[in-house]
Amino acid sequence: MSATVSHNLKAMQLTNRSVQVSNKEMTMAEKMYLPAIIGGLAITIRHFFRKKPTIQYPEVKKYLGPIYRGHHILKRDEQGRERCTACGLCAVACPAEAISMVAAERQKGEEKLYREEKYAAVYEINMLRCIFCGLCEEACPKQAVYLRHDQMVPIFTERQDVIYGKDKLVEKMDDRYIRVANSEVKATPTEPSLTRAAT
Amino acid sequence: MELPVLTVKGLIILAIFGITLLIATYSTYAERKVAAFLQDRLGPNRAGPWGLLQPIADAGKMFFKEDFIPSQASKWLFILGPCLAMLTALMSSAVIPFGDSVRFIWDKVNYEVAIQGIEINIGVLYIFGVVSLGVYGVMVGGWASNNKFSLLGAIRAASQNISYEIALGLSLITILMMTGSLSLRAIIDEQATFFEWNIFTQPLGFVIFLTCSFAECNRTPFDLPECETELVGGYHTEYSSMKLGFYLFSEYINMFVSSAFISCLYFGGFHYPFINEVNQALENSLGAVAGHNVATLIGVVVMFSKIFFFIFFFMWVRWTLPRFRYDQLMNLGWKTFIPLSILNVVLTGAGLLYNFKYATWLIAIVMIVMAVVSTARAPKPNIVPQRT
Repeated sequence: MSATVSHNLKAMQLTNRSVQVSNKEMTMAEKMYLPAIIGGLAITIRHFFRKKPTIQYPEVKKYLGPIYRGHHILKRDEQGRERCTACGLCAVACPAEAISMVAAERQKGEEKLYREEKYAAVYEINMLRCIFCGLCEEACPKQAVYLRHDQMVPIFTERQDVIYGKDKLVEKMDDRYIRVANSEVKATPTEPSLTRAAT
Repeated sequence: MELPVLTVKGLIILAIFGITLLIATYSTYAERKVAAFLQDRLGPNRAGPWGLLQPIADAGKMFFKEDFIPSQASKWLFILGPCLAMLTALMSSAVIPFGDSVRFIWDKVNYEVAIQGIEINIGVLYIFGVVSLGVYGVMVGGWASNNKFSLLGAIRAASQNISYEIALGLSLITILMMTGSLSLRAIIDEQATFFEWNIFTQPLGFVIFLTCSFAECNRTPFDLPECETELVGGYHTEYSSMKLGFYLFSEYINMFVSSAFISCLYFGGFHYPFINEVNQALENSLGAVAGHNVATLIGVVVMFSKIFFFIFFFMWVRWTLPRFRYDQLMNLGWKTFIPLSILNVVLTGAGLLYNFKYATWLIAIVMIVMAVVSTARAPKPNIVPQRT
C-alpha cells in the first residue's frame, strides 16, 4: 500500500526541489542554531554579490517581441497611398467602441493619396477607450490598421489629447513601420521610446 | 578645564553627535539598499545619484505628514514616548571612545584631548543604565497610545529587553573580570595586541553578547515588539509623522551605538594589527604632534569601519533569519543564554586563577564536539510519505 502511495507522490511531484517535512527531534547541532545561521548568512551574502536582473525601466526598455500591441498605425502602401477604405469593420470589431470614422469619396487627382475610391476623411481612436486587444488589426481586410510592436502610446495628461486623429495615426513616409522579429535584442537603452533601429 | 581643551572637547562632542545622526540617517538608506541587494533587487536609486538623497526625501515626507494624536491617548505621555526613545538613544554614545587622542600646542603648552564624549571610569555601567532607560520610551509610547496592539508590543519590548539584559550583562562580566575596569578606554587598551582582542579570548561571550544586542535593539530575529503579522505595527501603531520618525530613528541610533559598543568590547575599538609599529613610524617621520594625530585618524577610520561592518551585519541578519516565536525567544534568553553565560563566567574565573586567558575556548570546543557527534549519531532521515 505504502509503496503505491509513494509511487503516486513521486509522480505528482512538480519540481525536484520539494523537501519532505518531518517532525523528528532536532540534533544537538540543530538545537544550537549556529551552523544553520552561518549557512543562511552564506546564502544571503551570495545573493548580495549576484548580478541583479533589474531593467531600469524608463531609461532601458525590454524588447517585447514582434507581437506586442502598442501604438496604432494606419499603413500606406508602397507608393505612399493610404490603404484604409473606411469600411468600418475595425469599428465594428472594436469591443471598446473606441474607433470612429467618416468616409469620403476620392476626387479626381487624389489617386496618389488614396489607394481606392473610398477613403477615411476622419479616423479617430479614443485612447482612453482602447484596450489594445488588436481586434481591429485582425478585422481589417485591407491591412491598413496595425498595432505597432515598437512604440507605445505616450502618456497624456489633457483630455483633448486623448482622441488620436489621422495626424497621429497615419504612417509617415520617412519613418515607415516594418514588423520584424528579432529575438536577439533583450533590452535597449533608448529614450523616450523604442526606435526601429534599436529593435 | 582650560579654554582650549574645552573648545576642542566641545568640537569633538559636536562631531560625534553630528556623525551619530548622519549615520542613523544613512542607515535607513543602507537598510533599504542592503535589503534590496540581498533580495536580488537594486533598491532606491531615483533620488539623487544611487538614491543618495533618499533619506532626505523620507525625512521631508515624515515632517509634512499629519501629526495625529488619538483622542483617547494620554497626550503628554504620547509626546514623551518618542522623545524618551530619542534621548536615551543619543545619550549612550557619550562614553564610547572613537579614537585615541588629539594632540595640539596652544600658547606653547602641550594639550592632549581624547576623542570621546567623556572619559568616565564607569563607562560600561553608564551605557547599561541608559540602555535600560531606553525601554521606557517604547513602554510609555505603547501605553499612552491607548491601543491593545501598542500595549502588547510595548509589554513585549519591556519583557524582552529585561530578559536579555541579564544575559548581556553576564556575558560582559567576563570582560570586566579580565580588564578589572568598567572604563571603555581601559577595555580597549587591554586589547592592544591582535590575539588579545576579546573576540579571541571570549568567543562564547561574543556570540551571546551579539545575540542579546540584537534583542536589545529590537532587531530581527527578535523584533517581536513591532511584528506586523501579529501586532499591526507594534508599539508605534498609533504614531504618525515625525513621532514615528523618531522611533524609527532611535532604532537606527541604537544600532549604531551597539555596533560601536561591540567593536569596543570585542574587536579592540580603534586598534588594528601592528598599530604600535605604525604609530612609532608616523611619530618618527612627522613629529610627536602631527604624527600622533595622523595615527589617531587612522585609528578613527579603523573604528568606524568596524562599526559599519556591524551595522551591515545587523542588516544582513535581518534579511537572513525569520522572526522567533515569543516562547522561543524567552526560552533562548532564560534557559540557554543565562546558564551559558554563567558557565562562561565560572570558566573565565578559573582561567584567570591560572593566568590563562583563553579558558572559555573549552566551552566552544566542547560545543563543537557535541554538535559533530550529535550530527554523526543522528538517525538517517527516514523519508515517510505524508498522509493526507
